[in-house]
Amino acid sequence: MSENLSRRHALKWLAGTVAAPIALKAAPGETEPAPPAYPQRYTLHDPDFSKALSGPWDKLMTEAELKTTTALADLILPKDEHGPAASEVGVPAFLNEWISAPYERQREDGEVIRGGLAWLNTECFKRHAKPFEELTADQQSAIVDDICGLEKPKPEHRIGAAFFTTFRQLCLGGYYTHSATWKGLGYIGNISLGGPYPGVPQDIIEKYGLQEVA
Amino acid sequence: MPLLTDRKTQPQYDVIVVGSGAGGGMAAMILALSGVKVLMVEAGRNYEPATETPMFNTPEMAPLRGDRTPVRPFGHYDATIDGGWQVPGEPYTNKAGTEGDFWWWRARMLGGRTNHWGRISLRFGEFDFIPKSRDGLGVDWPLSYGDISPWYDRVEQLIGVYGENDGIANAPNSSPGVLLPPPKPRLGELMAKKSGKQSGVPIVAAHRAVLSQPLDWKNLPAQLFPGNPKAQEIIGKDMMLRAPCFWATDCIRGCSIRANFQSTTVLLPPALATGNLDIITDAMVREVIMENGKAAGVHYIDKKTRRDAVVKARIVILAASTCETSRILLNSKSQDKAGLANSSGQVGKNLMDSVGTNLGAHIPALENSPILNEDGAGGLHVYSPWWLVNEHSKLGFARGYHIEMGGGRRMPQMSSFSRLDQTSPGIYGSKLKEEAKRYYGASFSFSGRGEMVPNKDCYTELDPQVVDQWGIPVLRFHWKWSDHEIKQAEHMQQTFAELIEGMGGKASPKSGREAIQRPGEIIHEVGTARMGAKAGDSVTNQYCQTWDVKNLFLMDGSVLPSNPDKNPTLTIMALAWRSCEWLMGEMKAGNV
Repeated sequence: MSENLSRRHALKWLAGTVAAPIALKAAPGETEPAPPAYPQRYTLHDPDFSKALSGPWDKLMTEAELKTTTALADLILPKDEHGPAASEVGVPAFLNEWISAPYERQREDGEVIRGGLAWLNTECFKRHAKPFEELTADQQSAIVDDICGLEKPKPEHRIGAAFFTTFRQLCLGGYYTHSATWKGLGYIGNISLGGPYPGVPQDIIEKYGLQEVA
Repeated sequence: MPLLTDRKTQPQYDVIVVGSGAGGGMAAMILALSGVKVLMVEAGRNYEPATETPMFNTPEMAPLRGDRTPVRPFGHYDATIDGGWQVPGEPYTNKAGTEGDFWWWRARMLGGRTNHWGRISLRFGEFDFIPKSRDGLGVDWPLSYGDISPWYDRVEQLIGVYGENDGIANAPNSSPGVLLPPPKPRLGELMAKKSGKQSGVPIVAAHRAVLSQPLDWKNLPAQLFPGNPKAQEIIGKDMMLRAPCFWATDCIRGCSIRANFQSTTVLLPPALATGNLDIITDAMVREVIMENGKAAGVHYIDKKTRRDAVVKARIVILAASTCETSRILLNSKSQDKAGLANSSGQVGKNLMDSVGTNLGAHIPALENSPILNEDGAGGLHVYSPWWLVNEHSKLGFARGYHIEMGGGRRMPQMSSFSRLDQTSPGIYGSKLKEEAKRYYGASFSFSGRGEMVPNKDCYTELDPQVVDQWGIPVLRFHWKWSDHEIKQAEHMQQTFAELIEGMGGKASPKSGREAIQRPGEIIHEVGTARMGAKAGDSVTNQYCQTWDVKNLFLMDGSVLPSNPDKNPTLTIMALAWRSCEWLMGEMKAGNV
């Protein structure tokens, strides 16, 4: 990549080559050449909702990256009394799908995630000569504690800390958008109810001091 | 019932309706119920809500957990298929140097944009029809609130709208018994209501096109279609088949049980049941064809075969959506280089969208809130009508806005946990799950929808160089907000901040210029072929009939002379119904 080609620009170019049939820009440009006709239904633009669909693009993570991703995701969201582990609800596969997507936001996250995974394993190699997923629980926690952002990270951990923040946010999103986690979270919707909408029970109205407006 | 006819058309129709959304769907239904032979021409594909609505799908069944992308701007499950602000093969342009690019939302599907919307159904009020008389800006309508109010009643009874009569100035009451009871407010909405009381902002039941109970199918049809037993029978049967809301899933996905309003579930089935309506889909209209000074039919491109075709009728109704209708007129140049029905020069002018901005915040009192099912009606239960309608002299900007709001325990999405970056850094493991549970549903946000004043810098025209993949010249937009809109957005931000602080949250309002959303982003574009009292300065009369061509009608948002803060769909339907009744009188009298 040429040095005077900015990263954002490069990403745009890359995105454009990956997904030629769709206009990726959210806003229209000055003029755009008409893309070719699309004779058949386009998977994302006109999806078939009766079928579950994961991103139809190539997934970029290697086996090794997926292993590290799984170990770290399960450390962040483990199986416990609140619900399943991240890997049990497909968070590693979701992260792979996310970072491989042909959109600018996901590509930017992808650079942070893939670079961060490499950084993490180098750090693990330096400390214990093993990749992250082969460390003991205590060894994993010790490294994560250095980068998890609880305190201001040391300069040598800054890259790891930025990676952890993005990684944790994506894990949270991927985890709680899986219906198997909803009970533990306290979301009890998406089920049909008969009769009028029940509204807020009286005891809660009183607890919140809302009698005058209820 | 399949919603598609077999692409065979009759040699001659009474009326061609271009577009199948709010205006086109209503026009086709009213005419077909009265025995008029109608051909509907729709640019998008066939769409069957009964089988294609992902009502209960969960995010893990979708790419990127259903999150928003440039291809699916409202998320994977948005009912808009084959559409969006960008449609493959159908570009549009923005004039260089105009301020802010206009975004043009299209829904290339049967039912058009009625498949995706908030179902917020607010009547324009008495003052909204006389804006120029009140503040000297824009133009007055050629009809008054009193002229249209009976049609509002009819539309509300037909589609089913929940709400209450609050007697607030310029937020009209419906006739007694017309509205369905609104659902009870959610916890956050009650807190907002209390905060509104402190700051003088009324928060009342929203008006939305969602059935909170079954429609009165025994009595309503006779009220709506007196003297028309066939229409009564068809509408009665159809009303019986519509289920009331079961308080789950987001309305923006569409509604396969037909509890909410969309053209495909409420207007087109009874219209087809008459046997008087044929529909051809995938038919992209290029122009209105003229013979002897009258509209004779439309010329369209069959998108499946890429062949040109012509269909004919005595009367043509364009209801292709505001900008598309103007585009068809501008591309119809058989008589006049300026485009068809454009002797006033007003086609494409006066383009307006709603002024939009929003502000949300974390509400500490909602942390660890009680576990309640807050799906509700798949949209807001309460809203604020514009409450300062008589205080404009103090405000420094014209016109007003209403407030939409929401929050609480909604279906989790990718962005639902972004707050934890601030509240809970450094936490992982079981403790993180406790934090997620604590902060989930503790956000609440307000959105403003305000009236912009038409101005000479906001218009659309044909791009002299660019065509779409069907070879049809595309639209080029020009845009500039005036100070009225910027100041209004600023006022919205200040009001929202006050409401948030009243709820115990900490707000960071932005300036109006920073906060105002993009033109076209609210998807309430109207104008471009406004109605008026005389031919010199408007495109149609009050019955949507073009001044220049007596048998050409426009029945979508294009005819609106102003864009009150109220979402336009209800008004588009009321105008279409009223205009079709008038049109049938003119047909009988032999005037068109």
